[in-house]
Amino acid sequence: MDEEYDVIVLGTGLTECILSGLLSVEGKKVLHMDRNDYYGGESASLNLTQLYRKFRPDQAPPADLGRDRDYAVDLVPKFIIASGELTKILVHTDVTRYLEFKQIAGSYVYREGRISKVPSTEMEAVRSPLMGLFEKRRAKKFFEFLQGWKDEDPTTHQGINLDEDSMKTVYEKFGLEAGTQDFIGHAMALYLDDDYITKPARPSYDRIVLYTSSMARYGKSPYIYPLYGLGELPQSFARLSAIYGGTYMLDKKIDAIVTDSDGKFVGVTSGGETVKAKQVIGDPSYFGANGGDGGKVRVVEEGKVVRAICFLKHPIPGTDDSDSCQIIIPQNQVNRRHDIYIAMVSSTHNVCAKGVYVAIVSTVVETDRPEQEIAAGLSLLGPIYDKFVDITPLYTPTSSGQADNIFITRSYDATSHFETVVEDVQDVWKRVVGSDLVLKKREVEVQN
Amino acid sequence: MSKQFQFKLVLLGESAVGKSSLVLRFVKDQFDDYRESTIGAAFLTQTVTLDDQTTVKFEIWDTAGQERYKAPMYYRNANCAVVVYDITQSASLEKARTWIRELQRQADPSIVIALCGNKLDLSARRQVSQEEAKKYADEEGLMWTETSAKTGEGVTEIFTAIAQKLPLTAPSATRAGAGRAGPGARAGVDLNKQAASSGQPEACNC
Repeated sequence: MDEEYDVIVLGTGLTECILSGLLSVEGKKVLHMDRNDYYGGESASLNLTQLYRKFRPDQAPPADLGRDRDYAVDLVPKFIIASGELTKILVHTDVTRYLEFKQIAGSYVYREGRISKVPSTEMEAVRSPLMGLFEKRRAKKFFEFLQGWKDEDPTTHQGINLDEDSMKTVYEKFGLEAGTQDFIGHAMALYLDDDYITKPARPSYDRIVLYTSSMARYGKSPYIYPLYGLGELPQSFARLSAIYGGTYMLDKKIDAIVTDSDGKFVGVTSGGETVKAKQVIGDPSYFGANGGDGGKVRVVEEGKVVRAICFLKHPIPGTDDSDSCQIIIPQNQVNRRHDIYIAMVSSTHNVCAKGVYVAIVSTVVETDRPEQEIAAGLSLLGPIYDKFVDITPLYTPTSSGQADNIFITRSYDATSHFETVVEDVQDVWKRVVGSDLVLKKREVEVQN
Repeated sequence: MSKQFQFKLVLLGESAVGKSSLVLRFVKDQFDDYRESTIGAAFLTQTVTLDDQTTVKFEIWDTAGQERYKAPMYYRNANCAVVVYDITQSASLEKARTWIRELQRQADPSIVIALCGNKLDLSARRQVSQEEAKKYADEEGLMWTETSAKTGEGVTEIFTAIAQKLPLTAPSATRAGAGRAGPGARAGVDLNKQAASSGQPEACNC
């Protein structure tokens, strides 16, 4: 290991693999390492053996769950927004050639004890059971306003300034009820809490438009999902990196991050050998999140997420037997400060045996009894065959890395999609490379 | 009417046994003594004609240097595998055996596996006898041959033999299995298609 690299990447989570792939394409000499013997880190998809090893080391998977190899259980429940930023990266890097995607069959929102489909157009709004007759008219006007908005045409603005007026002002202008605001802000704009209401309306507008345009892509929901689980995503980007010369080493314990007397990054020690590089990128677990890295504090905890992976033997009740869905329980509906999410996939997506449904219920932890906080979500699932509860701290780096060449990514947050993951990729890229990440349109390879 | 079948073929084997050279000979009929690992090729394709009516197109996945740390994705939907060893290195056959065990465990049970002893041009330095390799292949139900990527000996033959052994009875099922190559092969949604239609910023709602 006497070669010197441009960048060492630690951890093969999605964020790190996208960065590794993009840096290799850019011509950087990349060494990518992981302490596990599988790809994906915190964002891996596990087979049954791996899942039980992680949560119940003393127990073998029950035989009636079927074959081990049929399973790819996501550790972090997220869906891909069809018109979102991750889709753009997938297309521009051409890793779509390694992947197959399917739609998520439905997007639901919880209101007053029951779940309903999220309306995404004024046509759907007028049919939705979520609203009474008069509220439907108001919602229809609201959606027409959003769809008619043109920045350059003040007659479409109806007196609203998206960059100055708050979302509260917009809701009030159309007289929308609190329950309607809940599904618009949480199930369409996909905000985790209500902080957005008092802020300028522009980002909310952008997010609602993203939702509706994604919905319009394939029709059933705004989400798509890779066959064989989310763990395919880091694997694809790792292959991209390898194809452009990136070197891979898995199953390597990282003993130390070596720095010079000024604290600047020098290299990484593994198995008694030190590999040198100009820069290091890694997930928080390699930089003190688990108490490693010689006690140096390079990351701080900024909250916790509780996730319950549930095996069901039936689709979720009230979803028209959907093979997959997302259900959002807006915070106000259950007297919380953060929404509860349910993400469900099944054998249609090649992530479990036939007849099994994998639902993950998650939220941001607000109390010292996290499992109770997701009770409202668990109760929507019907009988639960088995359940694995994980409480994960969310870490964020304490410094930008520009001073010491140590660039740390963020933990996977509680949002139900990958937009914040891409934001982190863009942020780290800018800090590492020194310029904005620009996705170049790749030449289309002619297949003969 | 002519039919084209498409199959995913994965290469396995220790580094420096000549996996990429074998593919380069097969696809481009080239050889380079000092070739370094391939950079920038996601996979290569080559078509084999079986008869007037039937062609088989291979989508060939190289290990991209990840041979020691292959992702499960690599085996996914593979219809056939060429496991390569170097006839001048007996250790490389041992390694090939471990890949074959892994394939038998992880890949689709219907996968066609060919064991391939490369560097036949260096047979003066042979360490692996034909008898030994052939016996092992027979026991495991594998195809077996020896090749030289350098001279080209046996290369087209092994790929043609694989093409002949692949099940050509159910084209639609096979295509879905081969999966991810050409347009029309996908069962799910096509992201590239959408990207083409959204060249402009998504202003449809504005």
